[in-house]
Amino acid sequence: MSDQRNEAQEIVGLNELIIECVNDVREQNDIAPGADISPDARLFGREGMFESLALVNLITSLEEAIEDKFDVAISLADERAMSQNRSPYRTIAALAEYAAELIAEQR
Amino acid sequence: MPSPVTLITGTRKGIGRSLAERYVGLGHAVIGCSRSEPEWTLDGYTHQIADVADEKAARKIVSSIRKAHGRLDNLINNAGIAMMNHSLLTPASAVRDVLETNVLGTFVFCREAAKLMKKNSFGRIVNFSTVAVPMRLEGEAAYVASKAAVVSLTQVLAREFAEYGITVNAVGPTPVQTDLIGAVPAEKIDALLARQAIGRLGTLDDVANAVDFFIRPESGFITGQVLYLGGVG
Ligand SMILES: NC(=O)c1ccc[n+]([C@@H]2O[C@H](COP(=O)([O-])OP(=O)(O)OC[C@H]3O[C@@H](n4cnc5c(N)ncnc54)[C@H](OP(=O)(O)O)[C@@H]3O)[C@@H](O)[C@H]2O)c1
Repeated sequence: MSDQRNEAQEIVGLNELIIECVNDVREQNDIAPGADISPDARLFGREGMFESLALVNLITSLEEAIEDKFDVAISLADERAMSQNRSPYRTIAALAEYAAELIAEQR
Repeated sequence: MPSPVTLITGTRKGIGRSLAERYVGLGHAVIGCSRSEPEWTLDGYTHQIADVADEKAARKIVSSIRKAHGRLDNLINNAGIAMMNHSLLTPASAVRDVLETNVLGTFVFCREAAKLMKKNSFGRIVNFSTVAVPMRLEGEAAYVASKAAVVSLTQVLAREFAEYGITVNAVGPTPVQTDLIGAVPAEKIDALLARQAIGRLGTLDDVANAVDFFIRPESGFITGQVLYLGGVG
């Protein structure tokens, strides 16, 4: 029970962390801020926020932010990266879930 | 200017050790790794036990460099293993070992290092190939294939990393007297040297000179290149 609660909290924390990184990368890449970003926002692909180089910047800055916040060194590299339906980077929520899995694995 | 931060793989012995000593001597903060503990230490040098093919270990090493120094200037992907054996007598497991250390190890260290270098919009990566690639040296099929893959990686990563101010080049040494070639019969080495433009063994300084050239700040317009020693290629 408490494990589940911790996990849910972690996902919320990760969502926030990802949104911070998304905003940083948008600023650095001069991408106009859109409406408020929701966890279901698409990160790339059709109607996505980022093209592939900005996505690379997002993923690498997120790895670093996770390292600082959770004190675990994970690599978010994934061979499904560019798949429209299966990519762990497709939305903020999917990315948070994927990161949570890797963090749990490291612990 | 703060002293350069340099990561060198495979520093327990051989070329890697000599490069670690050299760059510590030149004032770099040097971080090295190998699978087993070295029998030497040096002020300004930090060692980590790691197999380069272990991507989690690579991530941890670069993460510890970020925490200690906040940046990484140079990566020298020196760790490598060789195998000399007729292909008809070579087990698949040995081929896998060679590919894992030489290709996978080079790849994951390039990937992790580039992430940190990119923050500073500066980086120098030097990979290790060999003259055995252009010589198409018989008796070393798996080793040569792995080092040909290092050349391809170098050329492609040079393009992918260019926009981050990171250059990626490779050195291709001739035979150098280290344990790596200790088991190769003298006649075989002599035959090999005879195929070079300059028919002698390479020295540790010959290799260091090529690495020096690639990591100089002035070499920012040189990337995707392979420098074969001894006039080969
Ligand atoms: N010597 C030559 O004639 C020659 C010629 C052309 C190219 N090269 C290249 O130059 C590089 C250095 O060769 P060398 O002659 O110095 O070889 P060496 O004397 O055999 O030393 C190899 C070094 O790499 C480390 N190493 C090997 N596998 C590793 C792994 N999986 N993970 C981490 N560290 C590893 C070893 O330490 P541990 O055993 O403790 O891991 C050792 O410190 C290699 O890439 C080689 O292919 C050498």
